[in-house]
Amino acid sequence: MLHPPHPAKPVCDASRKGDGAPLLTLSGISKSFPGVRALAGVSLSLYPGEVTALVGENGAGESTLVKILTGIHQPDQGEIRIAGKSVTLPTAHAAFENGITAIHQETVLFDHLTVAENIFLGHAPRTRFGTIDRRAMRANAREVLDTLGAGHIDPDAHLAELGIANKHLVAIARAMSIDARIVIMDEPTAALSTKEIEELFLLIEFLRSEGKAILFISHKFDEIYRIADRYTVFRDGQMVGEGVLADTTQGELVRMMVGREVDQIFPKRQPNIGEPLLTVAALSHPTEFEDISFELREGEILGFYGLVGAGRSELMQAIAGMTRPSRGSISLGGRNIAPKSSADAIRAGIVYVPEERGRQGIIIGLPIFQNVSLPSLARTSRSGLLRTAKEFRLTRTYTGRLDLRAASLSQDVGTLSGGNQQKVVIAKWLATEPRVIILDEPTKGIDIGSKAAVHAFMAELVAEGLSVVMVSSELPEILGMSDRVAVMREGRLVAIRDNDGLDPETLVKLAAGVTA
Amino acid sequence: MTSDTANTLQRIPDRLDTPFRNALFSWEMLLVIVALAIFIINSFASPYFLNAWSLSDLTFNFTEKGLIALAMALLIISGEIDLSVAAIIALASTMMGMAVQAGADTPLLVLIGVGVGLLCGAFNGLLVTRLGLPSIVVTIGTMSLFRGIAYIILGDEAYKGYPSSFAFFGQGYVWWVISFELVLFLAAAIVFWFLLHRTSFGRTVYAIGNNPVAAAFSGIRVERVKFILFCLTGLMAGIASVLLTSRLASTRPSIAYGYELEVITMVVLGGVAILGGAGSIPGVVLAAFIMGLVTFGLGLVNVPGIVMSIFTGLLLIVVIALPIIWNRIRHKSA
Repeated sequence: MLHPPHPAKPVCDASRKGDGAPLLTLSGISKSFPGVRALAGVSLSLYPGEVTALVGENGAGESTLVKILTGIHQPDQGEIRIAGKSVTLPTAHAAFENGITAIHQETVLFDHLTVAENIFLGHAPRTRFGTIDRRAMRANAREVLDTLGAGHIDPDAHLAELGIANKHLVAIARAMSIDARIVIMDEPTAALSTKEIEELFLLIEFLRSEGKAILFISHKFDEIYRIADRYTVFRDGQMVGEGVLADTTQGELVRMMVGREVDQIFPKRQPNIGEPLLTVAALSHPTEFEDISFELREGEILGFYGLVGAGRSELMQAIAGMTRPSRGSISLGGRNIAPKSSADAIRAGIVYVPEERGRQGIIIGLPIFQNVSLPSLARTSRSGLLRTAKEFRLTRTYTGRLDLRAASLSQDVGTLSGGNQQKVVIAKWLATEPRVIILDEPTKGIDIGSKAAVHAFMAELVAEGLSVVMVSSELPEILGMSDRVAVMREGRLVAIRDNDGLDPETLVKLAAGVTA
Repeated sequence: MTSDTANTLQRIPDRLDTPFRNALFSWEMLLVIVALAIFIINSFASPYFLNAWSLSDLTFNFTEKGLIALAMALLIISGEIDLSVAAIIALASTMMGMAVQAGADTPLLVLIGVGVGLLCGAFNGLLVTRLGLPSIVVTIGTMSLFRGIAYIILGDEAYKGYPSSFAFFGQGYVWWVISFELVLFLAAAIVFWFLLHRTSFGRTVYAIGNNPVAAAFSGIRVERVKFILFCLTGLMAGIASVLLTSRLASTRPSIAYGYELEVITMVVLGGVAILGGAGSIPGVVLAAFIMGLVTFGLGLVNVPGIVMSIFTGLLLIVVIALPIIWNRIRHKSA
């Protein structure tokens, strides 16, 4: 289930501007890495005063393209033209000189420098003696920030003190200060809350009105339809379509991306819900959440929706024994459990698949089979002695069900794609044979193909009687997968609703605390 | 549309390379070649080298440090380090010396030496795991602390008068030229090999070294494993203290001075990643032999001790830098 396109955008505007000459044109760009052809003769045009969305599954070549445009990689073939002139971008500095700037998912700025220093790094105003004119720099920074409506940011503050949304503001201020003509935004909303995203969009609109050519990379269709004028679709390193968004439906776009129909993304299932299994009563944490009570029934998928920072992950980590609640109780199948560590929770039958796959989920450096068997070592070993044959068998059983793609089970898990790493993480937790599995943003940042595999597998699990708690910030996923939806706001559980005719707006309002 | 045809279920193999092929191109194999080369150079450099008793003497150059290196390898793989091991030897030796003055006999001396080592290791472990301090800082501190205590107790003095039965540990032979120290080292190597490569405890050591956060999420008691590793390292330093004190038959506060660097050099030369996560016991054992061969060879041709410490320092830098340079070359060519 996807959102309807945003209606507010004037359609005629986009088509009219499209008749102008593009500011940046790429043609026939190819790039290969050992064993992989990342880009095969792609083309792309960016127009001044327009936002072009670059859409594609993970690994379709978007990140390679960004690296070529920012001077980090060199194309093997093809031509880059800016304002009609052919250019090469051999270094990051050359890209900067040509007026190209990029704002990344997690902004690449310097935490230990001040806001003003970050904005003017490399082009700071100078005094007569050639030293940095701090006063002018601060004043200029103030001015740029004010034009962006960022009066709340202190130019003297260290960047480390700012949140990710404000860091984006500083990055945009930097783009303004170097008079960038081409702004690349690589999944800028990935770490932002809904409110922050809206603020970012206002800024993008401002940049557009300033005549900048903007490349907007995102996996979220609602955002693309909200902000972009045009689109370019990549699939497997090739450009498969481009055009004006207003003339294209989401369904068509998804078809171009994946070469298959949209409505297969969420599996149809017949919920077979049993007795209450997990009961959480009045659970509280000193700082993160307060007075949380809910029940999870056998064979049920309970979705947890909320804004970033609503305390969902913290609640789940307490249930899974990673942190200690200050009050309240957790019981499983009528038996009171108070897990003091994740080992306790695993033994009781509750596992938590964490949100940050790279940091909390997989162990890069260890082979696939050792990752999978890690929480189950007590079962695969005999009185502390490893039995690798048993580990391989366990790994094969669970990764096979998730359709893992790998050359061998002894391959370092770090060499897998994000989607396959996530399959390893889920396999590792299922191998402990839990009764309750808590999935925290299970499909964040993975491609649509892997997403579909994870969703199909979730459906299979609940059909077998397992109970699932799914924390997700993606409304389509929440609505497409959950039997019931719990909404959290600022550490409190504000509602639990049956997912029966539930509409996305209600959920967003609950999560954001909008009463009207 | 190649991605769609790949949908046919394929069985993913357990391994691609055979164990034999892996062994052939491993760091350990390189160490074997280096060891053989140094052995051959030594036999040409000095006519006294190829002699059963010379070779037996050679082993005393690395057995004590090697025992510590075995435990240190696990500690470094887990992402921690202990710089206080030489100071633990000094403190344990001083305590044994005091016990001798008080009339203690051999069994009690051994117990004190090993016990003090274990306690010092536990102290390091508590500071690191309970207070969450970085081990490099903690053990630089305890390095000064432990040796400082030895200096306060002993000053310029030395403890002598160890009972003759105590001499066996550092000077005794089990059979012909095979010393007790060598047998103990080889036995400990087998135990540690087993622990690291064949038990689930060993597996958790690797997991922690590669990603402590994910290891904790996987139900591993990270702090407990680290505490055990510090205790093991202290214990091995205590055992080394018994051997060294027995071999020298005396205790000075400067005993085992600078050993920590040689131990760490052995571990890193043995292929253990200095940042944790990778390494093997066979590698460390081979590195111990190589270090022994080199120092003994340099001694045979009358190279002074200070040059040997320069050599150790250079070796440490080279073995840490080598994998980094190697990776950089590989990335360039790729």
